[in-house]
Amino acid sequence: MIVWQAVEGALRAACGPVGAIYALAAIGLNVHFGYTGLLNFGHVGFMLVGAYAVAVAGATFGMSLWVGIVFAILCAAALALVLGIPTLRLRADYLAIATIAAAEILRYVYRSNFAEPVTGGVYGLRQFANGFYDANPIPSGTYGWGSLTFSASDLWVMLVTWGLVGGCCALLFLLIHSPWGRVLRAIREDEDAARSLGKNVFNYKMQSLVLGGAIGGVAGAMFAIYQQAVTPDAFKPIITFDLYALLILGGAARIFGPVLGSLLFWFLYNFCNNLLNSLVNDGTIPSSVLSGTDTGAVTLGLVGLGLILLMAFRPQGILGDRKEMILDAR
Amino acid sequence: MLHAPMVNAATLGAPVRSRLATLMLFVAGLLIFAVFSGADAMAAVPDHMRVLAAAGPPNRPLTLTVQGIQFGAILAMTAVGLSLIFGTTGLINFAHGELVTIGAVVAFFLNAAPHGPRLQLLVAGAIALVVSGAFGWLLHGVMWKPLTKRKTGLIQLFIISIGLSLLLRSVVQVLFGTDPQSYRNYRIQAAHRYGPIAITDRDLVITIGSLLVLLVIALMLQRTKIGKAMRAVADNRDLAAASGIDVTRVVRVVWITGTALAALGGICYGLTQLVSFEMGFLLLLLIFSGIILGGLGTAYGAMVGCLLIGLVMELSSLWSPVELQNAWALLVMVLVLLVRPQGILGRKERIG
Repeated sequence: MIVWQAVEGALRAACGPVGAIYALAAIGLNVHFGYTGLLNFGHVGFMLVGAYAVAVAGATFGMSLWVGIVFAILCAAALALVLGIPTLRLRADYLAIATIAAAEILRYVYRSNFAEPVTGGVYGLRQFANGFYDANPIPSGTYGWGSLTFSASDLWVMLVTWGLVGGCCALLFLLIHSPWGRVLRAIREDEDAARSLGKNVFNYKMQSLVLGGAIGGVAGAMFAIYQQAVTPDAFKPIITFDLYALLILGGAARIFGPVLGSLLFWFLYNFCNNLLNSLVNDGTIPSSVLSGTDTGAVTLGLVGLGLILLMAFRPQGILGDRKEMILDAR
Repeated sequence: MLHAPMVNAATLGAPVRSRLATLMLFVAGLLIFAVFSGADAMAAVPDHMRVLAAAGPPNRPLTLTVQGIQFGAILAMTAVGLSLIFGTTGLINFAHGELVTIGAVVAFFLNAAPHGPRLQLLVAGAIALVVSGAFGWLLHGVMWKPLTKRKTGLIQLFIISIGLSLLLRSVVQVLFGTDPQSYRNYRIQAAHRYGPIAITDRDLVITIGSLLVLLVIALMLQRTKIGKAMRAVADNRDLAAASGIDVTRVVRVVWITGTALAALGGICYGLTQLVSFEMGFLLLLLIFSGIILGGLGTAYGAMVGCLLIGLVMELSSLWSPVELQNAWALLVMVLVLLVRPQGILGRKERIG
């Protein structure tokens, strides 16, 4: 009974808005890491600027939501350009540290006091996405089977976000099987070889960074819309690590890798969390061993353990091809 | 990849010296700016207020400088291990912050936990160093050595270290709890005046002690056989192995000393601030920026870079809000990557 409840909650989370938003963000990361071999560890930074573009445009300047979404894409693309110029010429491991640092700088700046008039500081912004929910064509009520139900507004977010996921997958499929995509994969396999064939590696990497960053920005915008609120501390580096975990779980450098990864990751994550919570609550696990507040930490530790085991024993994930995942920086 | 002969790293050549001179000029400039901006602040204080504070208020820029050196030296102790591990194995160990936390937390359990042995902090700290060193040995033997033997790629290893970081942090969180705690000894002390600087005895001892530890590490690297071997392996692993150096043993020693040093830094940081389950993780990015600033893979680079990061962070509060301290440190790192990606003391090589 407990197990079935946990499965239900986990299914709802995996198919729900959160699973869709993470799948979308992971598609952006897949462009960077999977297809181009860029170790972008600041992906949450793209989500942050995307989310705040929508929020600031709506809440601070009272602009329409659709303008905000255009801003989200532009801001993420601009961040990619600013980030790419200094770091794309560096070795992969430098890029990793520089991107995570940039994402953290952004978070500090957005939450600082002097930015408060625009970004709302630590408290963030709220109630800026009414336009999105007003456009909801689904009549209000709850939809679903048994106890697995979603409200009309959740369903609307799911519909749009999963639609975006589908669109991005299709776009990526076309791009990756074009000559452009082949160059990206060539850069991932051997940068010097691509360079010696006369390809401008820096330009291709930059295009990849902008494309993936823009997808990340849209994911951030959808996150902001879904929550109807943004706070800077919702964009901590842990989100990037989660994205890597689910991307590798599903299979990097595969079109459906991020989608399958997100579904599975959130299913397993919420299953563990729900199960642990109910076991602690009904006393099966005594509170001297594990208190109710620790279950989140335990689940996070399991994510870490899963990442270690996956990387050590099956780095290509579920859908992946081992030949596509031989990345080596040195 | 091209490597210069090993001898180059053993003797500080002329280019390195000139770079150090440039660096000192930069630091001197920073200090002069700091003192002058402090003088402005003093001018704003009304006359009668100045009379009230008998010895005059402590000079803020100079006090901040001392604080910066203190934080930088603590950071440098934790960073030497990370930099040497990268130098000798190529691994970017993202779980290094957790090694800092574990050292501080073990000392906390021995010193101040309600049901613990409640040892004096110096004793507890010494035991924590030994425990941490053993943990480093264990990590190397059980995890990293076998993975390297399986020829796991460096990027895979990097992601594995992120997983390890998540795992260790949540273990510490469950055992230690989420509330920050402080040690039992040396908690509250009055500041003493030394000329224009006000500092507590505890902070003075930590500052001088950390600088001494750094000096000892430098002497070890420069004079002892194992220290020279460490630098040789960091410089060129294959050449070192071919010259008869037991690379695995050197890497093991690097792991043990690096982890113990991280723990020492963690205990000092926990003493000046508070012990918490994510203290190491919060320090990690600063440690990285120090290492990159100084030159990835070298021990001296880590020391110089971290001291600079400490100074930049503390002195930045003269011209910007304190909450942006970390942002300044990370910004300095990004700027250095822009103009001199190999870092201040790093050797120029292809890194792109």
